[in-house]
Amino acid sequence: MSLRSLLDQQAKHFEEGGKLEKLHALWEAGDTILYTPGKVTAGPSHVRDGLDLKRMMMTVVWALVPAILMALYNTGYQAHLAISNGAAPLDRWQTSAMEAMGLAFEPGSVWACMVHGSLYFFPVLIVTFAVGGLWEVLFSSIRGHEVAEGFFVTGFLFPLILPATIPLWQVALGISFGVVLGKEIFGGTGMNFLNVALLARAFLFFAYPIEISGDAVWIAAKTGADGVSGATWLAMAAEQGQAAVVQGVTWRDAFLGFIPGSMGETSVLACLIGAAVLLITRVGSWRIMTAVVIGTVGMAMTLNAVGSDTNPFFATPFWWHFVLGGWAFGTVFMATDPVSAAQTDKGRWIYGILIGVLAVLIRVVNPAYPEGMMLAILLMNVMAPLIDHYVVAANVKRRLRRYAT
Amino acid sequence: MASKTQEALVDPLFNENPIALQVLGICSALAVTTRMDTSLVMSIAVICVLTLSNVFVSLLRNSIPTNIRIIVQLTIIASLVIVTDQILKAYLWDISKQLSVFVGLIITNCIIMGRAEAYAMANPPGMSLLDGIGNGLGYALILMITAFLREFFGSGTLFGKQILPLVSEGGWYNPNGMMLYSPAAFFIIGFLIWGLRVWKPDQLEED
Repeated sequence: MSLRSLLDQQAKHFEEGGKLEKLHALWEAGDTILYTPGKVTAGPSHVRDGLDLKRMMMTVVWALVPAILMALYNTGYQAHLAISNGAAPLDRWQTSAMEAMGLAFEPGSVWACMVHGSLYFFPVLIVTFAVGGLWEVLFSSIRGHEVAEGFFVTGFLFPLILPATIPLWQVALGISFGVVLGKEIFGGTGMNFLNVALLARAFLFFAYPIEISGDAVWIAAKTGADGVSGATWLAMAAEQGQAAVVQGVTWRDAFLGFIPGSMGETSVLACLIGAAVLLITRVGSWRIMTAVVIGTVGMAMTLNAVGSDTNPFFATPFWWHFVLGGWAFGTVFMATDPVSAAQTDKGRWIYGILIGVLAVLIRVVNPAYPEGMMLAILLMNVMAPLIDHYVVAANVKRRLRRYAT
Repeated sequence: MASKTQEALVDPLFNENPIALQVLGICSALAVTTRMDTSLVMSIAVICVLTLSNVFVSLLRNSIPTNIRIIVQLTIIASLVIVTDQILKAYLWDISKQLSVFVGLIITNCIIMGRAEAYAMANPPGMSLLDGIGNGLGYALILMITAFLREFFGSGTLFGKQILPLVSEGGWYNPNGMMLYSPAAFFIIGFLIWGLRVWKPDQLEED
């Protein structure tokens, strides 16, 4: 008996009037993950291409694959690098698991790095999907709509923007906050005016700053002691200026992603590959991505020109802003979120440019937050409807004037 | 108790809660609810001012000229607030320092003006007294629930007493710093309104 006919046989229990009617959302989700939805458009339609939510979301997940692979490798690599420089391994089950498997903490071994990284990444991913998925199913069941694929992308994005050492209960709390307050309260997928993964991260950032900021959380090893620094290069740039960064890391390494940071955000190359996938399939908006680049370059060059005697971060050139912190990941995967971004073409330019400007401004001028990308995107998410409103209003006005004469 | 007096006293608790249904007095609810003791003092101060202002406005309601009624109401409320502020400064100096301007800002608390204008101007002093106490209690209820959640989860304490042992002092509880920021009060009050409207669907607004 094939899986398809098995599913079809069980379907009657979940239809209206069946015994398990309440679990229809869960059954439907399982079915559509395995197979293409059976519904087809009946009447005559004028669709060029049947791009449904599911295909769109899956495209984003495919675009994330390089970043995920890089997250697995780099999480292990950074830990092993710190350990080989004298830092002690963490007292966690991951360390015991590595020892039990007989794998050395060897930065040169790609396999050992991948395994060690996986031991940190996958628990976070599993908790995110389990807890976030539970909320999705709960709200879908009560509201009687289907589980939308939107959460699938959120579930991959969220672990990628967390540090490797994040406690799992915080992951659960963060994704609960993001899904419930960011999305479900407002009506579910498509109604979230904020990026859910970023909102979840922002919640953790303000609620538990010790576990998600500072110098001790980014590398899965006991840094800080023994002269091994655990600071990200972005924090280094904020505290000691560009000179210290250039001394410690090459631009090429930062571009490829061999630097400490949130698990999936370090590699600009992986983000660029993702960007290529999103742009070729036209799932991501090229206007937003270009606009963020323009905003960042403009603001960084302005700050370079202004200069500052007390804040060495002013001098950081824009090509370093591109490769440090979450800039690339945010630009490609977060700013382009089709729901929370501006909807009009002109609005997208304004929205993107302001994200770039604000990200650099928060990074450089605000001493409390070395990373400005998260806050910049969330702030512009809030502004996006306003931008759209004025773009549409301006258009109406222009057309009225044209027809008045 | 006659049903009308009961209504004046009990309705503002859940059916017509000044914060949850009328969404008045939000500013102070955000500002003072990080700790339960400040919220309690604030609640008592508001109950006193609200009750007394209702009584005095009601007593004078037939002799206040309509054109200047807002100014007269404000004078009464302002005098009461100043008295309250002075009493707090005299007897509860520490808490009055923490409440800082928010006691003074009771003057601008929409609940008090709202009740004076909407109720006390049209009802006898006895009923206005009950209405003042009722609305004050409705305000206090939301304030205390919010403060309980914020202090309990934000610092692990209740009325300044350690309930959950903190990680920083060798315990197990990792305090949620978000709770100490004002947005947390927004979330909590939002959840309270949500809960209240699920319980009493007639409070739902039409789309």
